[in-house]
Amino acid sequence: MGAPEEGPARHYLLARADFQSLFDALAREGYTTLGPTVRDAAIVYAEIRNVEDLPIGWTDRQGPGTYRIERRKDDALFGYNVGPHSWKGYLYPSRERLWAAHRSPSGFTVEPPEAAPPRYAFLGVRACELQAIAIQDRVFDGPYADPAYRARRASSLRIAVQCGQAGPTCFCASMGTGPRVGPDHDLALTELLGPGSHRFLVQVGSPRGAAIADRLPLRPATEEDLRARDALVDQATSSMGRSLRTDDVHDLLLGNPGLHRWEEVARRCLACTNCTLACPTCFCSTTEEVPDLSGDRVERWRRWDSCFTLAFTQLGKGSVRRSPTSRYRQWLTHKLASWQDQFGSSGCVGCGRCITWCPVGIDLTEEVAALREESSAKTAVSGGER
Amino acid sequence: MTNGEKPVIRLTSATHPFLEGFDAEFLAAASEGAEALELPPEAMVFHSGERARHLYLMLEGKVALEIEAPDHPRITIQTIGPREVLGWSWLVPPYTWPVDARVLKPTRVIALDAGVLERHLEAHPDVGYRFLRRLIPVIAKRLDEARIQLVDIHGT
Amino acid sequence: MGPESVAASPTSDAVPGLPEYAPRPFLLQDRRQETSDTVTLTLVPADGGTVPSFRPGQFNMVYAFGVGEVAISISGDPTRDGPLVHTIRAVGKVSTALTRLRPGDVVGIRGPYGQGWPIDAAEGKDVVVVAGGLGLAPLRPVLYELIGHRSRYGRVEIVFGARSPADLLYYSEVQEWRRRTDLRLQVTVDSADRSWYGDVGVVTQRLPDTRFDASRAVAFVCGPEIMMRFVAQALEARGLAEDAVWLSMERNMKCAIAQCGHCQYGPLFICREGPVLSYRRLKPLLAWKEL
Ligand SMILES: Cc1cc2nc3c(=O)[nH]c(=O)nc-3n(C[C@H](O)[C@H](O)[C@H](O)COP(=O)(O)OP(=O)(O)OC[C@H]3O[C@@H](n4cnc5c(N)ncnc54)[C@H](O)[C@@H]3O)c2cc1C
Ligand code: SF4
Ligand code: SF4
Repeated sequence: MGAPEEGPARHYLLARADFQSLFDALAREGYTTLGPTVRDAAIVYAEIRNVEDLPIGWTDRQGPGTYRIERRKDDALFGYNVGPHSWKGYLYPSRERLWAAHRSPSGFTVEPPEAAPPRYAFLGVRACELQAIAIQDRVFDGPYADPAYRARRASSLRIAVQCGQAGPTCFCASMGTGPRVGPDHDLALTELLGPGSHRFLVQVGSPRGAAIADRLPLRPATEEDLRARDALVDQATSSMGRSLRTDDVHDLLLGNPGLHRWEEVARRCLACTNCTLACPTCFCSTTEEVPDLSGDRVERWRRWDSCFTLAFTQLGKGSVRRSPTSRYRQWLTHKLASWQDQFGSSGCVGCGRCITWCPVGIDLTEEVAALREESSAKTAVSGGER
Repeated sequence: MTNGEKPVIRLTSATHPFLEGFDAEFLAAASEGAEALELPPEAMVFHSGERARHLYLMLEGKVALEIEAPDHPRITIQTIGPREVLGWSWLVPPYTWPVDARVLKPTRVIALDAGVLERHLEAHPDVGYRFLRRLIPVIAKRLDEARIQLVDIHGT
Repeated sequence: MGPESVAASPTSDAVPGLPEYAPRPFLLQDRRQETSDTVTLTLVPADGGTVPSFRPGQFNMVYAFGVGEVAISISGDPTRDGPLVHTIRAVGKVSTALTRLRPGDVVGIRGPYGQGWPIDAAEGKDVVVVAGGLGLAPLRPVLYELIGHRSRYGRVEIVFGARSPADLLYYSEVQEWRRRTDLRLQVTVDSADRSWYGDVGVVTQRLPDTRFDASRAVAFVCGPEIMMRFVAQALEARGLAEDAVWLSMERNMKCAIAQCGHCQYGPLFICREGPVLSYRRLKPLLAWKEL
């Protein structure tokens, strides 16, 4: 972050009482606002229109395989961490029509694509989620960039929210993706909630963010507001529930396909695919042919797939990854190691969703630690024999 | 095979790759009772079930190893060509050929007498060791090939 | 990264929809039965346009209307402009539908995709081509190239193996190549009945017979993965360097543009970094089980 952005000059304050003005400004600028809301006993992302739609006074309690929401003692708007949803559901929908075609005299004709994408405003993007979006940007970029993804991405606005607390399954500090919101956003909010005062520090990150900020009743922030924000970052850092050592993880995972721990974790894994669906960076998909009843018109649909399924690696005689061991190993080695070779960064941002939403509570940070331990025990033994 | 005059063979280490590096004494011994055969297509080198009495050094041509079972059409499991060797069943109980060997293309082959070989190798264990060191890789290669065949790599 | 760089990288003027996924209709001109389950299709663009050029070893995504889309290597002649040629074995839903098409029918094509055989690196060198079964399909363009520009290459040794004589592809063409004196082609089958007078045995058994100068030779290998593993080991034992041996890998593929994740092989996307890859890169990965 450059020095000019850090000074109070580009920081403003928005009073809690004026928060609705943000929704109104977004609507006036033509955005569909998506943000956190309570639904079915979870804080999920959905279309929201008013400040009352936010999870006011709610928080989440998370642990391996457990999630529930509870009342907070205060009326914070963003007093939770992350839920089962992620923004990938909007930028890269779980089901999407790729193209359609109908029979024609010349065989078949591919129909032109549908209308322009919606303009989304994502309200409440956490530091780790900003990085998750950046990671998926790299997946759908390149010579065959996905134009639909890129169009949605280009037209969407990211309004980040600074975490003031970390959850028990969070480890963004280990992954270098948080808890401080990075510079890559359109607007960033920090909820400053004290006795008798409830306000938001607003930081402008892009011209489009500025266009929204211009419509808000803002006043300048002070050094003290910035210090309050930094204190929240520190608080989040120190409450980080988990950690993962990353310096050796690439070679550790790719150099040890035969460790016993892979078998052990696979005995617990149900191959239910929850972790891959909840993960904000997992991008694997399959394609389906959907003919209509007459058989004269077809649609090709892409939908999320998971490396945990047997069919994922099907070849003529059967699947390549038949054992759950090989599938868990594929997921973890890809996420934490081969992703680095493919896209220049880890595929994990440390959001903890895969830990929370795993029905049997498999925890990748624990698995990496156990793999490391087994691997170094092995090295120690063979070293001793020499 | 006739009991009449056999052409006299003098094996050298250049006769066949299998013989490379063996000493003159062994080559002289192995020459004893060795026969150079010229076999036309369809000739049988040996039949399954027959007592195995030779080690064959292929010089030219092609020999098919075939298996026939009552409920199965005769199939060729392997063909043997120049520079290859054939026949170690004289070392393995019950000392009979497990398959048929049928000539596919005009073939020149040297048949070494297994009895002569055995006597020499028993008497000279160091040469015997060298001989087995030469033979085992051939057997191992055949075993590898059989394994590859077994997994049916081209299967649909 | 500046605040704008990522937001700016997606082009806002991009056409919504996914043109890369949309196939181009091709008309089936000719269909030739190769074996009981394999056919060779000759295709021309239905719009009358030109067939995109390709490099030997590349593949297309071939689409059967109402059924689905599969990855198929290009098996035609890269040295001349001509129709698109694919050889397809019926193994499942889509491939069976494709083998049942009749002249006049239309299929969808997108591609070509992937890295082909490094033919340029073979110039001036001996070339060893080892194909197993359907593996001859992606190697046939290599043979056309070697024969079409014969003087560019050293010795050419070809070993072609199949399960049985009835499974041999491109039979009459293979007989023609066998008669050539400027290359050597050995054909072997895993087993045969008495009507077969050729070699019987797995392809690795024919390798000791091939003649090449290991210090200046390249080998192109395609066939079932186990076969390629054995062949690569045998070639290495013959003195070929790991980066002189090239294999064409196969994995499940849905998109062919490194986005669906299916064809991942360790750090590699087979559709993008492959399907043709050097044994130097593959060797450590081939040692993993169920990768
Ligand atoms: C780079 C590449 C080149 C290929 N070249 C050829 C070729 O030239 N000729 C040819 O006949 N076949 C080729 N194949 C294999 C061909 O793609 C499969 O046979 C085909 O996908 C089977 O689909 P299906 O719907 O008929 O079978 P199903 O069994 O119904 O397929 C079910 C699923 O498994 C996948 N699948 C099944 N077998 C394979 C396979 N062997 N490889 C990849 N995915 C598979 C299918 O795509 C589908 O997702 C190639 C594969 C790849 C990856
Ligand atoms: S792997 Fe788990 S912790 Fe990492 S980004 Fe995905 S869901 Fe979050
Ligand atoms: S969520 Fe847990 S049980 Fe389900 S596939 Fe992932 S690791 Fe396995």
